[in-house]
Amino acid sequence: MFRWLPEMVSTYGGDIDAMMYLIYYIVGAWFLLTCGAMLLFLILYRRREGRRATYIEGNSLREAAWILVPCLIVLVLDLWIDLRGGEVWAKVKRHAPPSDHRVQVTGKQFNWEILYPGPDGQFGTGDDLQLDNELHVPVNKVVWVVLKSKDVIHSFFLPHLRLKQDAVPGRAIEAWFKATKPGRYEIPCAELCGFGHSGMNGFLIVHPADEYERWVKEHWPSS
Amino acid sequence: MAQTHVVATGVEARVASGIPTGKMGVWWFLASEIVLFGGLIGSFVMSRVGSGGWSEMAAHLSVPLGTFNTFVLLTSSLTMVLAFAAAEKGDQKGMRTWLLLTVLLGLAFLIIKGFEWGSEIGAGFTPMAGSFWSFYYTMTGLHALHVLGGVVVNSILFLSALMGLLRGREHRVELAGLYWHFVDIVWIFLFPLLYLSWTKGGI
Amino acid sequence: MSARVEVEERVSFFRTYVFSIDHKMIAKQYLAIGLFWAVVGGLLAYLLRWQLAYPDTEAPGWGFIGPEFYNMLVTMHGTIMVFFVAMPILLGAFGNFLIPLMVGARDMAFPRLNMLSVWTLALSSLVLLISFFVPGGAASAGWTGYPPLSAKPIYTGVNWGLNLWILALALEFASFLMSGINFLTTPINLRAPGMSMFRLPLLVWMQMTAAILFMLSVGPLIAGAIMLLLDRVAGASFYLPQGGGDPLLWQHLFWFFGHPEVYVIFLPGLGIVLEIFPVFSRKPIFGYRPIIYSTIAAGILSFTVWAHHQFISGMDPRLAMPFSVTTILISVPFALMVFAMIATLWGGSISFPTPMLFALGTLAVFLIGGLTGIFNGSAPVDIYIHSTYFVVAHFHYTLFSALFFAGFAGLYFWFPKMFGRMMNEALGKLHFWLTFLLFNAVFIPMFLLGAGGMMRRIANPMQYEFLRPLQPLNTFATIATILLLLAQLPFVVNFFWSLFAGKVAERNPWQANTLEWSAPSPPPHGNFDTVPVVYRGPYEYSHPSVSEEWLPQDRPTMPTATA
Repeated sequence: MFRWLPEMVSTYGGDIDAMMYLIYYIVGAWFLLTCGAMLLFLILYRRREGRRATYIEGNSLREAAWILVPCLIVLVLDLWIDLRGGEVWAKVKRHAPPSDHRVQVTGKQFNWEILYPGPDGQFGTGDDLQLDNELHVPVNKVVWVVLKSKDVIHSFFLPHLRLKQDAVPGRAIEAWFKATKPGRYEIPCAELCGFGHSGMNGFLIVHPADEYERWVKEHWPSS
Repeated sequence: MAQTHVVATGVEARVASGIPTGKMGVWWFLASEIVLFGGLIGSFVMSRVGSGGWSEMAAHLSVPLGTFNTFVLLTSSLTMVLAFAAAEKGDQKGMRTWLLLTVLLGLAFLIIKGFEWGSEIGAGFTPMAGSFWSFYYTMTGLHALHVLGGVVVNSILFLSALMGLLRGREHRVELAGLYWHFVDIVWIFLFPLLYLSWTKGGI
Repeated sequence: MSARVEVEERVSFFRTYVFSIDHKMIAKQYLAIGLFWAVVGGLLAYLLRWQLAYPDTEAPGWGFIGPEFYNMLVTMHGTIMVFFVAMPILLGAFGNFLIPLMVGARDMAFPRLNMLSVWTLALSSLVLLISFFVPGGAASAGWTGYPPLSAKPIYTGVNWGLNLWILALALEFASFLMSGINFLTTPINLRAPGMSMFRLPLLVWMQMTAAILFMLSVGPLIAGAIMLLLDRVAGASFYLPQGGGDPLLWQHLFWFFGHPEVYVIFLPGLGIVLEIFPVFSRKPIFGYRPIIYSTIAAGILSFTVWAHHQFISGMDPRLAMPFSVTTILISVPFALMVFAMIATLWGGSISFPTPMLFALGTLAVFLIGGLTGIFNGSAPVDIYIHSTYFVVAHFHYTLFSALFFAGFAGLYFWFPKMFGRMMNEALGKLHFWLTFLLFNAVFIPMFLLGAGGMMRRIANPMQYEFLRPLQPLNTFATIATILLLLAQLPFVVNFFWSLFAGKVAERNPWQANTLEWSAPSPPPHGNFDTVPVVYRGPYEYSHPSVSEEWLPQDRPTMPTATA
């Protein structure tokens, strides 16, 4: 199923994909076991003349153990998934590594407004630069994104980086990523935001280091 | 197309659990009402903690009027209890009197509340004046609707008692009483939350 | 106490078919409302699938769709299927019809309240219907109605459509609150002599749990809906940050209700399947008590999982893992029920009439729905698959299995009791196989689309470079949807043909044990000739002490109960 996943180009994307594979194999095995047992019983115990069903209630602990023990295994596997998931979650959403690259992304019907702080690294100063739907970042550098919204809830989705985060009006929500491959990737909005929701789309342009320098020079020639 | 049917009129009065069926129905109804007001109160507390600055707004409410209204509603709960006590003793006259008093006290509560709303709106504190006021009008408004509902139910009971229709069905006074006490208890939560919980510079 | 007063009374047409207080007629009214909306919901599904496969072209039989109308289609499809098809059919129709019959009562505890609740739903349906025709069209902020999008008309361009949507939902909630009182009071108080709580059929337990979940979770959303309406029409600011409100408040209120609501729909469906399995396996259900306990456990857990819908909503990320753990934990009680059903088959004597096929189909489809829920419940995986077609596929596997597979199983099974005639088996089997195969053909591609990252609620996937290569999957799913809708025709024919010309049904055509099969088919007003006395639990099939394979709950062959 996961050959349909888009190409993965972030540092933590691999952890999320690995999580998906882990769950996929666990639930896949359960599906085959359960469906297999069901089909087997349906064939073995189909109605035949002269044979009567076995009277089993399954209320005593000894009988119920047949379903309780599998449930225990389910519980253990659940906890395994939780434990592994907790680590990945913390990596993506809780412990952002330090960064020199900050941008502010503001969702509005139906664009991403992307604000660069300029060489001084401060928002709200004269050298800020705003571009619509174009997020330029250097490759292999941690980038912090401050997400805001002017009107309704939008969702900042970077499918190739396995990142998604809602932008909620009235809040400034932080997210981070580190892209590992130069290229041009889409930033669709993933939360219904009105009649122009479909097609609300931006681009993440990941530059190699030297190309990024040129891009910065181009936009802030004085620095 | 009229048909003839065998109709089971009196569904057998089986009470497998020992709790009278009518009473159990009212209890389930109240359970859902508790969650309704619980959700509203929870939202109020969460929003207030989350945003701040609501104390200033809450200070504009009239504590004397609110306190007086609390007494009115508490007294009406007492008269409701007395109406049920009279009904249990078979004292029809007492029951009617206490029911009428309960209705009047409920109306008094609504009139005072209406006066309060009027003066607040007059001072510019409309439901649009900010989140505190949005919550204030919604919470007290929904509560007032419940009081109004109780007044209507109690009036119907009073009128049917007056026409002698309540004889043998006195347990209905108890059911109405359960609801009336619930409405009272909701106010016991709303009053301190809205009127009393503010400090200078608090959230 | 069981003296019965029978009165010979002329009952007018209106009192019999329209303003009836008979739980069985009310159940049929719910069924009619549910089936009506199922047709509407199905047509909306056709239109929205058409737009996804062939964006911005003319849909045959309708015309141009486009993004604005598309948003309305997805919103109303969700609203209708959850609130106006699933609840009226699974709770309204099956709950009303079966609870009094199964517990051995002559009617619901409060028959007039019951009538009021169905008429409140009818009013609510009318309001929802009107909302399609007001200027600006019907609601288009998603079935979850997230503010601020839903809180200000300028954000969607829909004004009265959305106000009426809120009003219709409020009325629907009121209707099912009233039903809930009946669903709980009736089995607790009006049980026939000998019918202890642990002799109740599992379907009754499931309906009761569903009613409790609904009654204890919907209150906050009713409060939330009032606040949303005030934001829209009175300029209040509960959800608007400009006035000091918080958009996330709605999400908490909505999902505190929304997740238990999934089980409100799912448990009655499961109840139907649990009734059918023992009948056609000729065996007691495996683990009657463990199933009841795990139902209750699942019900309690369902109040603690709501924020798994909000992992990436901007709520405190430290909250995510606790909710992720409770969510994944809920797989344990449901796993137990699945294992119990499969253990019921073991050593059985299994036959495969249409109701059993649909019941088995429910199990298979739900299995996929439940297992894929683990992906969504895992917070890190949800970062990627949140709001994608993976989620869409997942909840259709859970809800479609409960609503349509279990719903059809129930209809084929209890049709003889409801209408006094049998349905046609050949058409039924054709209906099952077509539905089963085509359902999977519609929704398996959606898992793949979701893995590919396709977002929900976009009107035109061709606007995105990374989705263009996936378009054949969309086209495939759309063609399968159209065929799935057409595959319901055998059912429609079967239903109406059997209603008038089906084989006349005896009292107990399936040789089943529960009390409804002791009543005439269809049961008259008042249900039973005499109130039954119950001697044993509901699933005593192939009991060693009797020669028949079944042993009805009210047959006094054995002096004491078997349990």
